[in-house]
Amino acid sequence: MSAGGRIGAVTAKEFRQLARDRVTFGMIVMIPLIQLLLFGYAINTMVRNIPIAVVDNSGSAAARVLTEMVRVTQVVQIVAYYATPDEAEAAIVDGSVRAALVFPENLAQRAARGETLGQWLVDGSDTMVSSALLGLRTMPVQLEAGTPPGAYQPRTPTFEVALFFNPERRSVVNIVPGLTAIILTMTLVLFTSVALVRERERGNLELLITTPIHPLELMVGKLVPYIFVGLIQVGIILGLGRLIFDVPFQGTLLDLVLVTLPFIAASLTLGLLFSTLAATQMQAMQMTFFIVMPSVLLSGFMFPFDAMPEPAQFIAEILPATHYMRLIRGVFLRSAEAYQLLPDILWLLGFTAVMLAIATKRFRKTLD
Amino acid sequence: MSEPAIRARGLTRHFGAVVAVDGVDLDIPRGQIYGFLGPNGSGKTTIIRMLCGLLTPTSGDVSVLGLDVPAQAEALRRKIGYMTQKFSLYDDLTVEENMQFMGRIHGLKRHEAHQRIGELLGRYNLVELRDRFAATLSGGQRQRLALAVANLHSPTLLFLDEPTSAVDPENRRDFWEKLFDLSDAGTTILVSTHYMDEAERCHQLAILQTGRVSTQGSPRELLAQLDDRVVAITGQNLRQVKHRALALPLVESAAQQGRHLRVLLRRAADDPAHYLREHLGNGELEFAATRPSLEDVFVAATSGMEKP
Repeated sequence: MSAGGRIGAVTAKEFRQLARDRVTFGMIVMIPLIQLLLFGYAINTMVRNIPIAVVDNSGSAAARVLTEMVRVTQVVQIVAYYATPDEAEAAIVDGSVRAALVFPENLAQRAARGETLGQWLVDGSDTMVSSALLGLRTMPVQLEAGTPPGAYQPRTPTFEVALFFNPERRSVVNIVPGLTAIILTMTLVLFTSVALVRERERGNLELLITTPIHPLELMVGKLVPYIFVGLIQVGIILGLGRLIFDVPFQGTLLDLVLVTLPFIAASLTLGLLFSTLAATQMQAMQMTFFIVMPSVLLSGFMFPFDAMPEPAQFIAEILPATHYMRLIRGVFLRSAEAYQLLPDILWLLGFTAVMLAIATKRFRKTLD
Repeated sequence: MSEPAIRARGLTRHFGAVVAVDGVDLDIPRGQIYGFLGPNGSGKTTIIRMLCGLLTPTSGDVSVLGLDVPAQAEALRRKIGYMTQKFSLYDDLTVEENMQFMGRIHGLKRHEAHQRIGELLGRYNLVELRDRFAATLSGGQRQRLALAVANLHSPTLLFLDEPTSAVDPENRRDFWEKLFDLSDAGTTILVSTHYMDEAERCHQLAILQTGRVSTQGSPRELLAQLDDRVVAITGQNLRQVKHRALALPLVESAAQQGRHLRVLLRRAADDPAHYLREHLGNGELEFAATRPSLEDVFVAATSGMEKP
């Protein structure tokens, strides 16, 4: 009589059907495989407004002038000031800044001697970001009023750059973890958006809704198998990414699962909502592509999130893929721990709850 | 137990501008096999769906097994079995898997379900088919499976929506034997059909036409209403005779059946054969009053609706 019994019944049934549906089963494996190879070799553009932090150990006017000069390039946007490089590093790991500019105590002397003036600590996982910052390395500076621009010609570069996490600046390192967000969005939303519609089209639903099953039991029961599908796909992408493209895994498996599960749940419930909106499987698929396209373009997978104009960022913030993009890159490349990325995780969980609530409310046990 | 299994008053359902069901009253007693006889589009399925809470009536009151529908539909769902017109179990599950799944959905405990499934597999001759995928079953086998599933939770009321439309006559006879077994055990059965021979087996019948009940009663009562109204004409040129017969004011309908022409009169005449002989007789034709069939009942009931 228990709800658990019914959910279990639906889940067991769904697993059986999935195992017997060879096309779908093939897609679960083939989509990540093909996409991984396709996207493994791709993409670069120019970047603006990278959020950075400044660590000024010198407290000098020179540092303030330099900071201002870096700011007006518009390549970066200064969002924080920290007292120590360690704090800046922590901010890079949790993703709140992509880089930090550190000025040494003896900045004034260094400037006088024409030495390197400061150091950039850069999250190199996104190659577009790191190349933009590398461009600042030899930026010409003018420290004293009256000196014409370009007059200060140090023998050494203006800044020294330390690339964290991806020193060879290989874009594949950034793309492979990001690909998990895209593929999971694509397959999970697709499978679940079709799930309920298929039962309606085949007439199964007319029988099911004359039974005592609660809509929530039916929905949760149908989703459970796809949680495993999602985990398998993440395993395929990241495993092969490491094997073929030698993408290093910096984080822990536990953190990976902790950030992936909320995203899987969000994608599945979004698909479920589509399932209650669509009248045919065809419509359900179209709705899926409606969500997949912006996820590819806006989530930060193709173009850095920070470089997008504000309206695009606003839309991107709604997409689960955007949040997962931050999470998976954080865990995978910067060995961030789940608690450091809590806002994105909470957002995904909230999204899941809202979608499930709307889907359950929309699903009526009638044919009206 | 004197309370009827199903009671409906003024049951009406619109789909946009279309009136699918129009002011239907029903009193279906417990323990009987009650039939809905009507052509496609007469509202049979819509009424059944409203009675089990799948569709919300546009207006009217429905009480099924003492429960208000659709308000108490959830409670009702534990007590009814429903066999949809289209096969609605899972093609990609086996016979036994389908039964296990539906058993768990209905909340049967594991051992309880196991026992019940074994019992039903036996009763509906499904034992040898238990590992076959539902997709590979024949029409008759599917119906047996659907009926077995509808009975898993031992409902007191069964709704069967055109259960035998894809089944050959022999399997149909078989199927009805099972229905009588269920009825004997006390189950109320509401079955819709467009087959006369099936309708004739029901304890009571409602004949539906364009969303209304045009007549209801036991097959015997319905047939009795047509006593002295049916005449069989035998002879040559029956096609031509038919046209002339239809032109007569008292003739309701005429249909050829092999070498006979069956003529149904609009109302009982003292001597219907005499009436027709008077108007159509030419010495070659034979006229004989004959026993009405359910088809005559159906024709009388449905054509009467069209002429106000």
